[in-house]
Amino acid sequence: MWIEAPEIAKTVQPGQFIILMTKEKGERIPLTVADYDRKEGLVHIVFQVVGKTTDELSCFQEGDCLYSFTGPLGRKSEIDFYGTVVVVGGGTGIACIHPIARSLKEAGNKVIAIIGARSKELIIMEKELKVVSDELIITTDDGSYGRKGFVTHALKEKLDQDPSIKKIWTIGPPIMMKVTTELTKLYPVDTIVSLNTIMVDGTGMCGSCRVSIGEETKFVCTDGPEFDGQLVNWDEFMHRIYRYREEEKESWQDFKNKNECRCKEN
Amino acid sequence: MAEMIEMKERTKRETVQMKEQPPSERIHNFKEVPLGYTKEEAIYEAQRCLQCKNPTCMRGCPAEINIPAFIRYIVEEDFAKAYLTILETDALPAVTGRVCPQEEQCQKECVLNKRGKPIAIGRLERFVADWARENGIHGIKDKRSRKTMKVAIVGSGPAGLTCAADLAKTGYQVTLFEALHKPGGVLVYGIPEFRLPKSIVEYEVDEIEQLGVKLICNQVIGATKSIEDLKDEFDAIFLSNGAGAPRFMDIPGENMNDVYSANEFLTRSNLMKAYLFPEHDTPIKIRQRAATIGAGNVAMDSARTALRLGAEKSYIIYRRSRAEVPARAEEVHHAEEEGIIFHFLTLPVRILGDKEGRVTGMECIKMELGEPDQSGRRSPIPIENSNFVLEVDMVIDAIGTMANPIVARSAEGVEVNQWGYFKIDQRTKMTTCEGIFAGGDIVRGSATVISAVGDGKIAARSIDDYLSSGKSLKKLII
Ligand SMILES: Cc1cc2nc3c(=O)[nH]c(=O)nc-3n(C[C@H](O)[C@H](O)[C@H](O)COP(=O)(O)OP(=O)(O)OC[C@H]3O[C@@H](n4cnc5c(N)ncnc54)[C@H](O)[C@@H]3O)c2cc1C
Ligand SMILES: Cc1cc2nc3c(=O)[nH]c(=O)nc-3n(C[C@H](O)[C@H](O)[C@H](O)COP(=O)(O)OP(=O)(O)OC[C@H]3O[C@@H](n4cnc5c(N)ncnc54)[C@H](O)[C@@H]3O)c2cc1C
Ligand code: SF4
Ligand code: SF4
Ligand code: FES
Repeated sequence: MWIEAPEIAKTVQPGQFIILMTKEKGERIPLTVADYDRKEGLVHIVFQVVGKTTDELSCFQEGDCLYSFTGPLGRKSEIDFYGTVVVVGGGTGIACIHPIARSLKEAGNKVIAIIGARSKELIIMEKELKVVSDELIITTDDGSYGRKGFVTHALKEKLDQDPSIKKIWTIGPPIMMKVTTELTKLYPVDTIVSLNTIMVDGTGMCGSCRVSIGEETKFVCTDGPEFDGQLVNWDEFMHRIYRYREEEKESWQDFKNKNECRCKEN
Repeated sequence: MAEMIEMKERTKRETVQMKEQPPSERIHNFKEVPLGYTKEEAIYEAQRCLQCKNPTCMRGCPAEINIPAFIRYIVEEDFAKAYLTILETDALPAVTGRVCPQEEQCQKECVLNKRGKPIAIGRLERFVADWARENGIHGIKDKRSRKTMKVAIVGSGPAGLTCAADLAKTGYQVTLFEALHKPGGVLVYGIPEFRLPKSIVEYEVDEIEQLGVKLICNQVIGATKSIEDLKDEFDAIFLSNGAGAPRFMDIPGENMNDVYSANEFLTRSNLMKAYLFPEHDTPIKIRQRAATIGAGNVAMDSARTALRLGAEKSYIIYRRSRAEVPARAEEVHHAEEEGIIFHFLTLPVRILGDKEGRVTGMECIKMELGEPDQSGRRSPIPIENSNFVLEVDMVIDAIGTMANPIVARSAEGVEVNQWGYFKIDQRTKMTTCEGIFAGGDIVRGSATVISAVGDGKIAARSIDDYLSSGKSLKKLII
């Protein structure tokens, strides 16, 4: 989905995110900026429908206005020349790694992209990633496209083959990022993850997004969202992102019952 | 029209108390606790004012309100004039009338305080502002020609709103930038509905916009735009971004699921209206036993909010004794009436939890008071082997806030002190960068609404002086 937001489009950098609200009574939800067009003043977001707000968002049509759209928030990815790098994307995380891969490529790195999803229809941005990477590997859990298996299998092979790999970005479902860091712990590489904690303001005001990174507490919205994956306290992180699970379910059900969605009206 | 009454009668009369919602009722709703004066009550109270020739009360009011004048209009039943008198200097009267710590400000300086019966200035102010709102009385729109010079204000809390109103009245083109989706700062995200209804804040902000102030929400200065960008576009800047970063205790277990900062807890409840979930989308967790740590206004607000959201027990945990409690007496009184349980001389040392990351208890240690420290307060010292476990299942940290560095990071040449607060010239509120001014919590640390209002007023005057003398940020660049 492309959003007209000229001021954000002008300054946003790979790795940063925005916070939006669909309506006044809505929730503030963070979404990574998947791409931007500085000239046209547009910002691209890619999301998966997992609850009420994303469901509602999926009903927005051309010409509709969001109630609130704020950013760019968070720190940008540390793009530099590292040599060979791997970017790993799972699900909507595929969209998030695209601008990172592009910048890494522009900085002169050899970029290997590994993207994965449950099945073929969920593989997105294949063409775009092909352009900005030197090698693109696709995996699907069910084998309906590319290789059968998880991104971690493909990553392990690459790490075994190519000792020149210095740095890895892995963005996707929490469990995928956790498993990836468990794998890469065994190799001499840095692993960067992008944490999708629950946020409210996104500016360092509430602490809802806090996580333990090593011995320290960090705020994902201002200190992150990217962190050294080896330092993340994954158990705590996974507990925290599910802390409103019951309420989220209730809210989505309530939304479906009321049939508030505008695209269902037409 | 009511009469001015005899002097003797004035000093004899008792202060008119304000009616309140009974505790047993109000803990089940978010409606305002004090109900406001009726017309008759306001007049009866206003009649007590001695109309001093040298009104000492005004010394205590940073909003510079002409107190005897507006009180006189109340006696004369000309509430509209009373309102306009207040509005001349205070753009947020319904707000200040409610949350200003009057007993430390105007009422402390009122001559009648000697007899322990100061005029209830705040309550009268509230009455006038509410009456005007309900009766559609608006301030005078300035007809003077607009000046061409532009001022940017960062943050729409009481400091920013006041500065914006004063500058707009002087004729400047003012743009107010706010990071959140709603203006008001702590007034909308922090102070609960039952102390300050949000519709009232909205109304007063609207009135300020009517003065010609351009309000832009959803703009994080330091992210969407930097201070350097603002310098290209504006002739002067006022920084009033508050001290909004939460502080935690740094004890084990603090990142567990049901541990909130007061900022998060109150923002979810107030700004995001989680108390109306699922009609409003943002959720909040409420467990049976909530412990709030700290004893300032923020702690009282958190503990009382928890109760209203359905907690069966709501505790306040404070490491010093009752005598040192920093919250306003009125707030502590309200909290006690509502059944908040206080644990004084108690310091949490560890939050306990289960495998799912849920809080199951809090280990605390008992304290005793030792020698007075530099602040003059006796410092709390842990009593060895006095540890005990308090059975709670949620914790709210209300131990204070600190500076958020986002704005400062993007402001070259604007110096901050060791805590990240802007350094200013006390007299003019100018920072170390010419043309950039600052005030409110981002200079003082967590302070009060009225001190933020006062800073906004002084800054507006200094900005006018600065621009009137022909200076401008734009000229500095060229
Ligand atoms: C920095 C960051 C970047 C993100 N980028 C993307 C992206 O590019 N694409 C994408 O599909 N998703 C992204 N997410 C996750 C996205 O924010 C959630 O999917 C969204 O909030 C779900 O809202 P909902 O109402 O539809 O679902 P809900 O029913 O509210 O929640 C479903 C799940 O989403 C998560 N979630 C809920 N509320 C929030 C919140 N306020 N903040 C963060 N997470 C929440 C929880 O883990 C929850 O279990 C990102 C999250 C963060 C923090
Ligand atoms: C729960 C609570 C209860 C309180 N109760 C009382 C009370 O009863 N009486 C009393 O006198 N005081 C009380 N206070 C203190 C009082 O509210 C503050 O001292 C006062 O609000 C400070 O005003 P301010 O304008 O400096 O900042 P704030 O009110 O904090 O406003 C700052 C604004 O700037 C915005 N902002 C921050 N960063 C940026 C950025 N980068 N770009 C754009 N905008 C930004 C924020 O979103 C916010 O809206 C209370 C505080 C709290 C938290
Ligand atoms: S603004 Fe505060 S200090 Fe001034 S008169 Fe009103 S209550 Fe008193
Ligand atoms: S000092 Fe007290 S009595 Fe005198 S004018 Fe002020 S409010 Fe009235
Ligand atoms: S989301 Fe509030 S501090 Fe990060």
